[in-house]
Amino acid sequence: MVQQQQLQNISIWKAVLLKGTLVNFTSILSYENMARALTPQTAETDAIRFLIGTQSLRYDNQIHIIDFDDENNIINKNVLLHQVGEIWHISTSPADKGVLATCYNKTSDGKVMTCAAVWRMPKELESGSHESPDDSSSNTQTLELLCHLDNTAHGNMACVMWEPMGDGKKIISLADNNILLWDLQESSAEAVLSSSAALEGKGQLKFTSGRWSPHHNCTQIATANDTTVRGWDTRTMRQIYCIENAHGQLVRDLDFNPNKQYYLASCGDDCKVKFWDTRNVMEPVKTLEEHSHWVWNVRYNHSHDQLILTGSSDSRVILSNMVSISSEPFGHMVDDDELSDQEDQHQEEKVKEPLQDSVIATYEEHEDSVYAVEWSSADPWLFASLSYDGRLVINRVPRALKYHILL
Amino acid sequence: MAEAAGSGAGGRGSPEPGTGTGTGTGGGWRRPHGPLQRYYGPSAAETAEAAPDPADINGPHFDPEVFLNKVRSECPLGQLLAREAALGREIRALDSDMQTLLYENYNKFISATDTIRKMKVDFRRMEAEMDDLAANMAAISTSSARVSAALQDRHRRGAQLAGVQALLRKLQSLVEVPGRLRRWAAPGAEPARALRCHARARAVLRHYRHLPSFRAIEDESHAIMAELAQRLRARLRDETLEPKELSECVEMLLQLEEPPEELCQEFLSHAGARLEAELAALEAELPPADPPSGTAATPPPASDILDFVDRGSSSFVGTLCLLATSYRSLFQGHPGAGGGRLESFAAALTNRYFQLLEQRLALERGLGDTSLLVRALDRFHRRLRALLQLLPAAGAEPGAELVARAARERVQRYLRALQTFFLGCLGDVRQALAAPRPPGKEGPGLPDLLATLAASVLGQLKAVLAYVQLFTARDVAFASLPYFKGEFCVAAVREGLVVAFLRWLCRTARAFAESPPERGAPAAPPALLLLLARLCLDYEATTISYVLTLTDEQFPPQDGDPAVTPAAELCAEARAAAQRLLDHYVQVQGAAVAQMLRKSVETRDWLGTVEPRNVRAVMKRVVEDITAIDVQVGQLFEEGVRRAQSSDSSRRAFSVYSSSRAPGRYAPSYTPSAPMDTHLLSNIQKLFSERIDIFSPVEFNKVSVLTGIIKISLKTLLECVRLRTLGRFGLQQVQVDGHYLQLYLWRFAADERVVQGLLDEVAASAAHRCLDPVPMEHSVVELICERG
Repeated sequence: MVQQQQLQNISIWKAVLLKGTLVNFTSILSYENMARALTPQTAETDAIRFLIGTQSLRYDNQIHIIDFDDENNIINKNVLLHQVGEIWHISTSPADKGVLATCYNKTSDGKVMTCAAVWRMPKELESGSHESPDDSSSNTQTLELLCHLDNTAHGNMACVMWEPMGDGKKIISLADNNILLWDLQESSAEAVLSSSAALEGKGQLKFTSGRWSPHHNCTQIATANDTTVRGWDTRTMRQIYCIENAHGQLVRDLDFNPNKQYYLASCGDDCKVKFWDTRNVMEPVKTLEEHSHWVWNVRYNHSHDQLILTGSSDSRVILSNMVSISSEPFGHMVDDDELSDQEDQHQEEKVKEPLQDSVIATYEEHEDSVYAVEWSSADPWLFASLSYDGRLVINRVPRALKYHILL
Repeated sequence: MAEAAGSGAGGRGSPEPGTGTGTGTGGGWRRPHGPLQRYYGPSAAETAEAAPDPADINGPHFDPEVFLNKVRSECPLGQLLAREAALGREIRALDSDMQTLLYENYNKFISATDTIRKMKVDFRRMEAEMDDLAANMAAISTSSARVSAALQDRHRRGAQLAGVQALLRKLQSLVEVPGRLRRWAAPGAEPARALRCHARARAVLRHYRHLPSFRAIEDESHAIMAELAQRLRARLRDETLEPKELSECVEMLLQLEEPPEELCQEFLSHAGARLEAELAALEAELPPADPPSGTAATPPPASDILDFVDRGSSSFVGTLCLLATSYRSLFQGHPGAGGGRLESFAAALTNRYFQLLEQRLALERGLGDTSLLVRALDRFHRRLRALLQLLPAAGAEPGAELVARAARERVQRYLRALQTFFLGCLGDVRQALAAPRPPGKEGPGLPDLLATLAASVLGQLKAVLAYVQLFTARDVAFASLPYFKGEFCVAAVREGLVVAFLRWLCRTARAFAESPPERGAPAAPPALLLLLARLCLDYEATTISYVLTLTDEQFPPQDGDPAVTPAAELCAEARAAAQRLLDHYVQVQGAAVAQMLRKSVETRDWLGTVEPRNVRAVMKRVVEDITAIDVQVGQLFEEGVRRAQSSDSSRRAFSVYSSSRAPGRYAPSYTPSAPMDTHLLSNIQKLFSERIDIFSPVEFNKVSVLTGIIKISLKTLLECVRLRTLGRFGLQQVQVDGHYLQLYLWRFAADERVVQGLLDEVAASAAHRCLDPVPMEHSVVELICERG
């Protein structure tokens, strides 16, 4: 434990050297816990809260609930035990703050199986009312299992997606080459497989990642397998589009533009982030090539879709500003009438240059590969990134840019 | 006699008197002429000269007394005696001379006297005859006066009659005018003579037109002439009229005082028709303007461009010149037929001619003989210049513009040809690279391919420059146009051809790296990327500056030209392309190796694997591949700088062969200590080591390229291992594989610590992902690797 403390000090000290200030930076997880799974608490819209799932083969795995006090820059951590196995993916219900789903590895008889389950956290942790800054790890609580997503017939679970903006009853999980749509019934006590689709083709096909589109009445999802991105209609469970060879190598992650229904971002092992219009799958709309290794995660900002967050195994997190393909008007469109009504003609906006597509910032606080980046669901200007060594970094969008977007 | 006296004095001095005597005789020989001469008037000079000397025996003022006195008083006796003898001798000689003369001339005196006597008699008879003559002459004059008085009247009448006859003859000719006119003005006769005749008669007729008969004549001749004019006009409308006949015709009409304006119009329209016909003949040679789509390849024009221009200039331009000249001479000074009409007329026609020529030039699709084109253009330009001297407004600008455009077009075509050529070369290279090679037999090496490619492209470029240079050759007339001196050299050739080609080359090369390999055409083979990278690098180093210098020499730029693209800019572009290509090469090769590693890790069951006995085959394959890449890169790029090897590494390298148990840095991480220590160590190490960029730009040397590829491969291995769950033997297998890679890869990398660091991370991650982390004994690992 002493060693841990020392290391933490060292890394904080290094961070100070790097940034000169601690405002945007916090390292919180101890080093014994490798971690890949990170999610914001989707249903929470007031407090900044993230959930992290750890990966450990030899110790009990945990879910860390991280509360960030924006005003005081204080971080609170609550720990929940997740004893069934190491967590590869985590997602939270959009309707119920206390409900979450994990994909975890279960090892038995020399076989590794990735399963998925829906859990409920203890009531008092739901809204982070736990204000005690003292070490909460001593009295760790356990998760309440709501139901298993039975995958014995379908293979390893890659991820679980909740219906965006839904009532928390519908989830889709990707298991090897199957898409499984589940209905959660009886207050999530039972998961019933309502429909499924299987991807057929040569060789061993395996979904790596998926995203549920918030558009079209939540009837579309996108999946990634190998270098291909596919769109599916959840009503018919049929493929609606297919981007062959979206990336030169494996596609790692996808995200839908929250404001433009046909826009989709993808990232992969060719170090690129590509933006697609799903109506024309022949060419990407735009390509970003800023990372120097595989890009594991891409996320649109929930409100300002020009802000793109990417995390990569080159240990960097990059925040980009893709104005040209965002839903916000490109260039500057100040309402002239409005301006002239106002007294001061020397409005600052007039002079302001329209922003170009650009990298806003590259965050280099991580020492290891970054496998997850997420925007906060409560504060659109705040995001977290998680690296394999268990370091979580919370950053804000630079103030100047924020004002530029807002004003 | 002064001489005689002198000689006498000399003789006196001489001892021989005989000699003095001889001298005296000699002097006396001329003496008889002297007095005669004096008589007939001595010369004034002599008179003035000779002072009166009474003692001079020969002088006119001789005074015997003075002489005697002088002689007597001055001379001795001997001398006196001698003088006396001499004088006597002289007198005798004179006497004999006189006698001789008298004798000789006596007959002449006699005959003279006779003649005078005879003349006296004759004169007397002549006087009488003269009197007779005078009387006769008087008689003659009186009779002549009488005769002339009688004839005067007749004379006057005769003269009058002659005048009347002349007048009558004139009148007759006037009367004959209509007949003559009719005869000459008849079709096929000599209208020119009719005109001359009419012109002569016209003034007279006009003068006497108040007389009815003259008027009748005038009217008749007018009618004839009008008829002639009519016929001439009809002839004028004849299409087949030669230009020369035409101008004659018009000239005659002008003489007939037809309105010049109308004639001018007629003339121009006729000329226009003729020129149009010529243009139409030219046009007929061109294929129809809109070839039916589908027949992609219209047949090549029947005659070559030179032929076409030749014909065009000889028929059209020649005729135009002729017509313009005759127009000028015909309508000189005629108001209403001002130059403006001719100019606009000619301008319109030449414009059409230019259009036709342009169409014909457009047919020159391929890269036919450039010298032919240049000659054709040259000829065109020369003829045009001749025309322009006549008609400055006939379109000097469009003509020059046409030539310039044709030249530009040709240069453009060369650029395209160069591009095609380069692509062809690339195709050849690709083929050579892809050609299946019989085992054991090496195909052409990369350096050979590169040399061939570079040489053939450069050769082609030079050849093209030589062709283009024809346009600015000294003997080509249009080369002296300001366009060809300045803008053509800089804008068209240097920028439009050379710079554009170099840019295009860089872009094309770059495109091989840019084009997403997952889409469209099959990806370029890595060797080609490497080759192009080297090519671009060579261009940056030498070729670009060489080519530009060559161009500037062959096409010297004028002062004050618009700024040209500096070589440095092109070099930067080439370098950027080279960098991009090499980076792409690293990525492609790295991705290939990485793919192999990824598949091998993903497909293996790491939990249920048995205890490792061997290095996995894929690792051997990786080492083989990287060795092959090393060879490939080594063919084209220099070795590069390797970071100085630490003694540690040399020891490790040594240990490979000696199988000594020197503990490498690899070993401690597997000592069965607490896993925490591993993390601690690796993290501390990380804190103080530099961040490694995996896909980062590489330098232009072998070591850097290889390092890049190895980094990509090992990082992939790391990420893949982290996604798996390993059993005890799985971990041990990773351990063995890692050691094997370490043994064979460190020598390729610029800094072996990079390899070491990445492999350490792989090991640490594997340990972390292991359910039962019991590492293998290091000695066993070494043994296995050595055996493999």
